[in-house]
Amino acid sequence: MENKMKVEFDSQSINEGFARVAVAAFVANLNPTMDELADIKTAVSEAVTNAIIHGYEDAAGTVELACVLTGQMVTITVTDHGKGIADIEQAKMPFYTSKPELERSGMGFAFMEAFMDEVCVDSVVGNGTCVKMEKRLGRRDES
Amino acid sequence: MECNYELKDGCLRICVPKELDHHCAVGLRMEADLLIEAYQVRKLIFDFSETEFMDSSGIGVLIGRCKNMSYSGGEVTAENLSERVQKIFVVSGLHKIIKIETKEDN
Repeated sequence: MENKMKVEFDSQSINEGFARVAVAAFVANLNPTMDELADIKTAVSEAVTNAIIHGYEDAAGTVELACVLTGQMVTITVTDHGKGIADIEQAKMPFYTSKPELERSGMGFAFMEAFMDEVCVDSVVGNGTCVKMEKRLGRRDES
Repeated sequence: MECNYELKDGCLRICVPKELDHHCAVGLRMEADLLIEAYQVRKLIFDFSETEFMDSSGIGVLIGRCKNMSYSGGEVTAENLSERVQKIFVVSGLHKIIKIETKEDN
């Protein structure tokens, strides 16, 4: 059975915590382990922070956060309508950052990939970016 | 932002807040740098006893402070890491840059 939710919030850094907790509360229905929940929260935090800092460059905008649960599969999408990414491969490279002056570690996408099973980035310059992440829960129990 | 600082004999202990994300990192960085410069801190300790969440924005703050401290010949350590924070350190490679001390070592 499928269960889904969607929230929209302003691109303000204070909402990063809200985004993490909203997804965690929704995913909690599937009885994830503490580790799985922490992995998901970290990945959501990275994607939402990217939308705020890079997508909107701290200007006013709206971040869309959606989560779909299909069986034990969690699919999260974070969408912004900001400036978009010209070179996605470069953006994904560990330690690459377009904003070294902000002391960004350049680990955002690397973290999403480390903590989720699948990360897919769709971006159009001038139109925005959509990051889709998937994680299957409870694999440890099955094995 | 809730963040506590303790200063003693040129050693600054920063009690890292419960959640170290981008939102929190901005203030922490500013306050830490002010104190480090004003009091000529030689040893910087990040105390993670209260910290339950940290993402790559937190990594940025730690690496940045490490760089600054190395210019002035100072030392940086991290203490009381939860399992989760430890995982973040390992995934990012931060454990190779910052000395981690466990409670037992002290």
